[in-house]
Amino acid sequence: MTSSPKSSMTAMLALRTFVAWFFTLLLFFPLGWLALMAFKTELQAISVPPLFVFTPTMENFHEVQERSDYLSYAWNSVITSVASTILGLALATPAAYSMAFFKSKRTKDILMWMLSTKMMPAVGALVPIYVMAQWSGLLDSRTALIIVFTMSNLPIMVWMMYSNFKDIPSEILEASRMDGATLYQEFRHVLMPLAMGGLASTGLLCLVLSWNEAFWALNLSAAKSGTLATLIASYSSPEGLFWAKLSAASLMAIAPIVVFGWFSQKQLIQGLTFGAVK
Amino acid sequence: MNRFLPRLLMAPAITTLFLWMIVPLVMTIYFSLIRYNLMQPEATGFIGLENFEYFVTDPSFGEAVKNTLLLLGSVILITVIGGIGLALLIDDPFPGRGLVRILLISPFFVMPTVNALLWKHMMMNPIYGVLAQVWQFFGATPVDWLTDFPLFSVIIMVSWQWLPFATLIFITALQSMSREQLEASRMDGATYLQQLRYLYIPHLGRSIAVVVMIEMIFLLSVFAEIYTTTGGGPGDASTNVAFLIFKHALLSFDAGVASAGALFAVVLANIAAIFLIRMVGKNLDK
Repeated sequence: MTSSPKSSMTAMLALRTFVAWFFTLLLFFPLGWLALMAFKTELQAISVPPLFVFTPTMENFHEVQERSDYLSYAWNSVITSVASTILGLALATPAAYSMAFFKSKRTKDILMWMLSTKMMPAVGALVPIYVMAQWSGLLDSRTALIIVFTMSNLPIMVWMMYSNFKDIPSEILEASRMDGATLYQEFRHVLMPLAMGGLASTGLLCLVLSWNEAFWALNLSAAKSGTLATLIASYSSPEGLFWAKLSAASLMAIAPIVVFGWFSQKQLIQGLTFGAVK
Repeated sequence: MNRFLPRLLMAPAITTLFLWMIVPLVMTIYFSLIRYNLMQPEATGFIGLENFEYFVTDPSFGEAVKNTLLLLGSVILITVIGGIGLALLIDDPFPGRGLVRILLISPFFVMPTVNALLWKHMMMNPIYGVLAQVWQFFGATPVDWLTDFPLFSVIIMVSWQWLPFATLIFITALQSMSREQLEASRMDGATYLQQLRYLYIPHLGRSIAVVVMIEMIFLLSVFAEIYTTTGGGPGDASTNVAFLIFKHALLSFDAGVASAGALFAVVLANIAAIFLIRMVGKNLDK
């Protein structure tokens, strides 16, 4: 090395910047391509060589809304994912609190048991759950999806909240108890402010998971309670070349959650340690 | 604070989760022991282990188990190695780091159905797909990915989805890396490789365990990507256990055999869980 340390550092930075951007653009390319496609005509979409510059059209979006009632699917997605996240947090938070601060011999076993329920493929429970939904008249209802989403996210939520609570020193809680705080006050004024980051990131992750859930949505819902995941599946039938419309529908299905994810990524990252970092 | 309250707080989550597990399990065990084909409602009755025998001796079975493990192993390997690489790459500031981070994690927010269709049509189509055109540009013969390399194609799609997740976890973990320690090691003349070997990798150990655990949970039951792209084919080349059960349940309408298969999946999941508890449980106890 003949160059001064300073210029070699600059060269390193340039190299790192280049490599980072290269891989990022490579990984983001499919998504960017999808977004471009959505604004093309069907003919432009399959042109050889691929078109990068063209006059964008909004035609596809109109057609998707007309052919299949996008807004109704989107509304179902919003309701089911928000409701299952709130319900899940309401169930998971007290349980995680109790596990983290009143640790017993069985705490770890319970946690592992919870996670193991998540490892059975959903398809294994398909027949029983389907039959039960039919019996209770909940087939193709948002209620059924909310219950199923909540239950399948619950183990992960308990796990995340548990590791989040565990990072809070229990001395703080003991001090507040000494000062005569009731359980509610302790929860509301001491614990929650400290656990807010973890709570937000748990909620965000579950929102994303529920929004994107495809298996149960495809099998338990149809036109009435279908979420955006089922709308997209209906565009997968191979009727001719329809990539522009498919792209438009896909973009409309993922845009809300992707944009939401972009804005909340800082919060998401904060709590995504799963107890792995001390 | 008495001993009753902690249990009371745990009760709702545990009870609902227990019901969510036990009711389908009992029903599945029952269905697996009877003749239960939706297309032949007149054929009923207890048949013992016949359904299990049918499921396990099905030639697709071995292939499905192999594919499940191959899919799981490959994706975990790709995402852990790639994720660590990407996280290290963007750990230190550089121009556009904020934007890079946002773009990088985007695929994680994409729903599996969209992911699958996007790759199936716009990337991997042998005529109009982007990959085919890149191949052609370099004078190579375009590959018909989904027909010739079905399982590999599914591995690519699933890895694309989960790489950002792994990267996110590793970014989070790197944030708590001790800067003083790194600086000190640099002063002492440690090379980057030495830092990687003795500082970064040990620090990321528990995060790796967590990524493996979470991905295992989700990847044992990959479904949408297979359902929307290859349909398990050609033949059984990209059928995993979850998809095989689905085939029995909804393509042959044989709920009995599907239930037997589901119980097999439970056993597989429990083997994985035991493995996990050994690996992760120990790691997270500290």
